[in-house]
Amino acid sequence: MSTTFRVTITRKEGLSDPEGSTSRKALVDLGFDEVSDVSFGRIITITVDDDDHDRAAARVDEMCTKLLANPVMERYRVETVS
Amino acid sequence: MTIAVAVFPGTNCEHDIVHALRLAGADAELVWHRDTDLSGASGVVLPGGFAHGDYLRTGAIARFSPIMESVAERASAGVPVLGICNGFQILCEAGLLPGALVANRDLKFICRPVHLRVESTDSVLTGAAEVGQVLEIPLNSYEGNYLAADGDAVESEGDVILRYCDAEGGVSDATNPNGSIHSIAGVTNARRNVVGLMPHPERASETVLGSTDGMVLIEGFVASTRVARV
Repeated sequence: MSTTFRVTITRKEGLSDPEGSTSRKALVDLGFDEVSDVSFGRIITITVDDDDHDRAAARVDEMCTKLLANPVMERYRVETVS
Repeated sequence: MTIAVAVFPGTNCEHDIVHALRLAGADAELVWHRDTDLSGASGVVLPGGFAHGDYLRTGAIARFSPIMESVAERASAGVPVLGICNGFQILCEAGLLPGALVANRDLKFICRPVHLRVESTDSVLTGAAEVGQVLEIPLNSYEGNYLAADGDAVESEGDVILRYCDAEGGVSDATNPNGSIHSIAGVTNARRNVVGLMPHPERASETVLGSTDGMVLIEGFVASTRVARV
């Protein structure tokens, strides 16, 4: 049995997000005047070979703090996909 | 005593910094990232490049290279540690320096000389310079945009050693090439023995390169490796 998790990593509020702000400007230039904010992030899908969901989730959380997200500038959310 | 210049897969500025360190009178040698013995090193340099391909985030994989445990140990022993460009990114990821580096404000790779103002001489990099001194040194990066969760804290703790400026030393948004918070180009740690900067002083180390302004930083670093910091 394996469990699949979806990790969503985003820039912390208030920190500069050049991909987001540049994309917002481009969208406004294209006529999407209503766009007030764009922020970028990344989605990582992780499949873990472990029957124990809680233990697997705890391990994924550890992966986020150790490697996948930089706590200085990013926050993350872990969801169970299947 | 020898300055160890760490080489990761993807590092590409190691020979330049070794050359510049030798110009400043130091012994320097390359050390592969899988080597962990830095016990004989009087200083450590993490040069520029794209360590481990910059996958995930710049420096994120490199910080787990075997050599980094020894770099952290040397840093905690007070040995001078310098990160240039990608090396700066690695030191931030490793938590040896405050802050992080993200994509440039305009999402463009910047490769040109920039002006830097020396903000503090209390570091192993700026000890031979003067506060307010303006240096012209090449910048060569895409992820050179420095951010810190609390930029004011970095300022108040005196961690800022170099700031982007104009030729006269004036600092404004127009003189900030990449959007770095408070125009920060280089920082140090609380103990002042770990330093990082985005521009490349080794590329301004000989007249033939167009500028020798980087030598005051290289010489300052070399001098610091000859003095035990406690």
